[in-house]
Amino acid sequence: MIPGSFDYHSPSTVEEAVALLTSLGEDAKVLSGGQSLIPMMKLRLAEPAQLIDINGIAGLEYIREADGYLTIGALTREADLDKSELIQQKYPILHDTAHVIADPLVRNRATIGGNLAHGDPANDHPATMLAVRAEVVATGPNGARNIAIDDFFLGPLTTALAPNEILTEVRIPVPAQGSGGAYVKLERKVGDFAIAGVAAVVTLDGNGNCSAASIGLTNVGPTPIRAGAAEEALTGNALSTDAIAEAGRLAGEASQPTSDHRGSAEYKRAMVQELTIRALTKAKVRAEGGQ
Amino acid sequence: MAQQNITIKVNGTDQAAEIEQRLLLVHFIRENLALTGTHIGCDTTHCGACTLILDGKAVKSCTVFAVQADGKEVLTIEGMTTNGELHPLQEGFMEEHGLQCGFCTPGMIMSSYALLQENKNPTEAEIRWGISGNLCRCTGYVNIVKAVQYAAQKA
Ligand SMILES: Cc1cc2nc3c(=O)[nH]c(=O)nc-3n(C[C@H](O)[C@H](O)[C@H](O)COP(=O)(O)OP(=O)(O)OC[C@H]3O[C@@H](n4cnc5c(N)ncnc54)[C@H](O)[C@@H]3O)c2cc1C
Ligand code: FES
Ligand code: FES
Repeated sequence: MIPGSFDYHSPSTVEEAVALLTSLGEDAKVLSGGQSLIPMMKLRLAEPAQLIDINGIAGLEYIREADGYLTIGALTREADLDKSELIQQKYPILHDTAHVIADPLVRNRATIGGNLAHGDPANDHPATMLAVRAEVVATGPNGARNIAIDDFFLGPLTTALAPNEILTEVRIPVPAQGSGGAYVKLERKVGDFAIAGVAAVVTLDGNGNCSAASIGLTNVGPTPIRAGAAEEALTGNALSTDAIAEAGRLAGEASQPTSDHRGSAEYKRAMVQELTIRALTKAKVRAEGGQ
Repeated sequence: MAQQNITIKVNGTDQAAEIEQRLLLVHFIRENLALTGTHIGCDTTHCGACTLILDGKAVKSCTVFAVQADGKEVLTIEGMTTNGELHPLQEGFMEEHGLQCGFCTPGMIMSSYALLQENKNPTEAEIRWGISGNLCRCTGYVNIVKAVQYAAQKA
């Protein structure tokens, strides 16, 4: 399949890329890993007349901690997140996520920035970013602004990015003492999008009570969903088996799945319930210092 | 139609051409260079038949534009032999019956090559994970895993 024609631009700085997006207007699209956009262009679901390839911009591929945040450059590949020792040791929920995105070949090109900017509720990073309460940095003609992840996903394939803004960085607060997180995904086969996925982070205080909880759901609604009622029910209470089961039930209620080739709405809701229980249980083990 | 001059080093040789900017890397390799070992299977980024090595990384060449490979290096299945001698992976697929129809084989070999570059002695699970972006409709994968193990032992 051959995509429609376009003019290809390969800027070498963010400023240049933003200037191109601003001057070329509606017809322009950013090309990052291309693992969502190029298949869509081949199917003619997307026909941008101007393609701004940001892969030639130096300095957008990094994973580092600074000033209380883990910062990840937008062009960081899923494969690099998957293999990063810092991520494996300190941010296992991010490793869980990157590890189950697509397959090794796609992960060699797909970027974290693209995974979020695409705004696809089927993607795995969005729910995880809800759970870790991330921010994204959007850079436009007037400089950079930070967008809280809860304000970022507006609808299917729609985000808070302006057409001439580039997502340049993802910022994740360094987890508080006693925190643990996990991402659990149910998929039909390796490389497929989730039937459902659940990301959970819990923080335990000195007495083993849950002082904070955060839960994000993948592919069970028009956007990634925060399971707010489940978070509230957990907060301030002991993280018992019963409390976790109740949070699972509330997360299932918060999901808005539709029936499709991956299963009926009823089945997916039941899976959200079960996956929430598994994600919370694993998060708790990690918060207590286990694997 | 937007045209562009590119130069890609393919299997060690610089290949210059004026191409349409929308040309996919797999079409450049197969049609402009007549290197038809790299296959097109699904054409939708699922099967891995089009796998080649781009600057050291295994990628699906049906999902990269040729202009994106400008100034970079590509290795395809045709570049795996040296002076007519088969690469241990090629030999492994032959010895262990790692193919039946052979359609997936070039992609399987290129993915396995990338895996062995990073991990000289992979476990069976690591091999299966490493080739999980490549589909085979014939073999059931058992002999493909053996072929990769054969190559790992030989190297
Ligand atoms: C076979 C297959 C299986 C997959 N399975 C999964 C899966 O299981 N889980 C999962 O999460 N994903 C999956 N994906 C999607 C993959 O992870 C995508 O690569 C990802 O969603 C998009 O990232 P990208 O860098 O490739 O973005 P691109 O395809 O380059 O871009 C996607 C969109 O985001 C915009 N964009 C990209 N980067 C930026 C930026 N920095 N600033 C502003 N706008 C930007 C583009 O304009 C475009 O609209 C799969 C893809 C394939 C082909
Ligand atoms: S032809 Fe490229 S992945 Fe199938
Ligand atoms: S040998 Fe036929 S597809 Fe693999």
